[in-house]
Amino acid sequence: MTQTVAVIDYGSGNLHSVAKAVEYAGQCRVLVTADAEEIRSADRVVLPGVGAMGDCMQGLKERGLDLVVLGVIQEKPLMGVCVGMQILTESGEESAGVDALGVFSGQITQFSKSMKNLKGDALKVPHMGWNEVEQRQHPMWNGIADRTRFYFVHSYRYADATAECVVGTCEYGAPFAAALSKPNVFGVQFHPEKSHDAGIHLYRNFLTWDGAC
Amino acid sequence: MGLAKRIIPCLDVDQGRVVKGVQFEDIRDAGDPVEVSRRYNQEGADEITFLDITASHENRATTLETVSRMASEVFIPLTVGGGVRYLDNIRDLLLAGADKVSINTAAVFEPELVKKAAEKFGSQCIVVAIDAKQVEQARWEIFTHGGRKPTGLDAVEWAVRMVSYGAGEILLTSMDRDGTRDGFDLGLTRSVADAVTVPVVASGGVGHLNHLVDGVVQGHAEAVLAASIFHFAHHTIGEAKEVMAAAGIEVRL
Repeated sequence: MTQTVAVIDYGSGNLHSVAKAVEYAGQCRVLVTADAEEIRSADRVVLPGVGAMGDCMQGLKERGLDLVVLGVIQEKPLMGVCVGMQILTESGEESAGVDALGVFSGQITQFSKSMKNLKGDALKVPHMGWNEVEQRQHPMWNGIADRTRFYFVHSYRYADATAECVVGTCEYGAPFAAALSKPNVFGVQFHPEKSHDAGIHLYRNFLTWDGAC
Repeated sequence: MGLAKRIIPCLDVDQGRVVKGVQFEDIRDAGDPVEVSRRYNQEGADEITFLDITASHENRATTLETVSRMASEVFIPLTVGGGVRYLDNIRDLLLAGADKVSINTAAVFEPELVKKAAEKFGSQCIVVAIDAKQVEQARWEIFTHGGRKPTGLDAVEWAVRMVSYGAGEILLTSMDRDGTRDGFDLGLTRSVADAVTVPVVASGGVGHLNHLVDGVVQGHAEAVLAASIFHFAHHTIGEAKEVMAAAGIEVRL
């Protein structure tokens, strides 16, 4: 039977690309939905997110979906993308501070405006473009070469690249987390739906991932 | 190794067809935007920029439909611009599948639009497009309406102001060079790139692959944009990347 993937729609803007990329990745039925029942009954769930962490958390809570997400990950695989990954941590420092879902310990902080590369050039913020992801052992990377480039666009990041939950790192001024995981949860700071073949490959892996780390 | 410099083919689209003019005049047909973007995607383009050069009211639906078709099969970032005047235009384009929306003339007449757009949709998807012409030694001014109307605004000061309003990227076009194939205006590019904290995309004048190298090395651009050099199969994106890599620039191969 064709599996169902719920892409959670909580008012966070463009979900078109995420839905299309998941559909393109493999055989599945993709539902873009804010309905708690549809999300709970899906085989897998994608939690996207763009813009500000505070707005995303507010959008989730207003729809009562924060608790749905926390329930889902007890039972089946969930993939967080960009701000959808960030809100799985404990908190964010933007605006007045944002309390997040707390699935992963640690917080999201802003890139420094005075970072330099090895040549001494000032680094631009947002971190925008294709950067290399150094993988740590994880089944979601199957078939994707280490240091493959993915597309990033963000001004905040999970800075503790040595934390236990980190399964992929990227370097921009300093190392930061490109991917976080624990059983049933995989979050990426980059946009697989904008990362060409490598991104589609990652969504394909998600469609067969059993949730083990 | 780290962040790669980006190569961005640009599709100037007039009534649903890709065209490219020399200094915004003489228009040549280069095909269907979806087909053209599919080819660039396969060749390894890092992003695609789509500029709706007619941008008439009647044309809006066609543009949204084209953007939606592109976003359904091209899984790299897509920037869309041309005639963006209201928050609703931006929302419609983002919902159709654009990742970034570029605001040009409207930013000049209503700078607050940039601030509101960045607050509402996030800086990461708001690009301010600047069309500049040199007016004296080391001074460039903003021109609107395809380079015909001067505004008296200094290009560098304007870019800094737009970033303070929340622009997440600057798309900088030299109207003196656009369509000439003489290379980027490197003085303009470097002046703006060094003055702002966000990425600058250099545009206007690429006629040779080495011009792309110059834009990064001498112009300090994070990304380089070109249209006709790629459209008429003069060069592939892959060739452009090889030339950049050979010059020591980090690119996604």
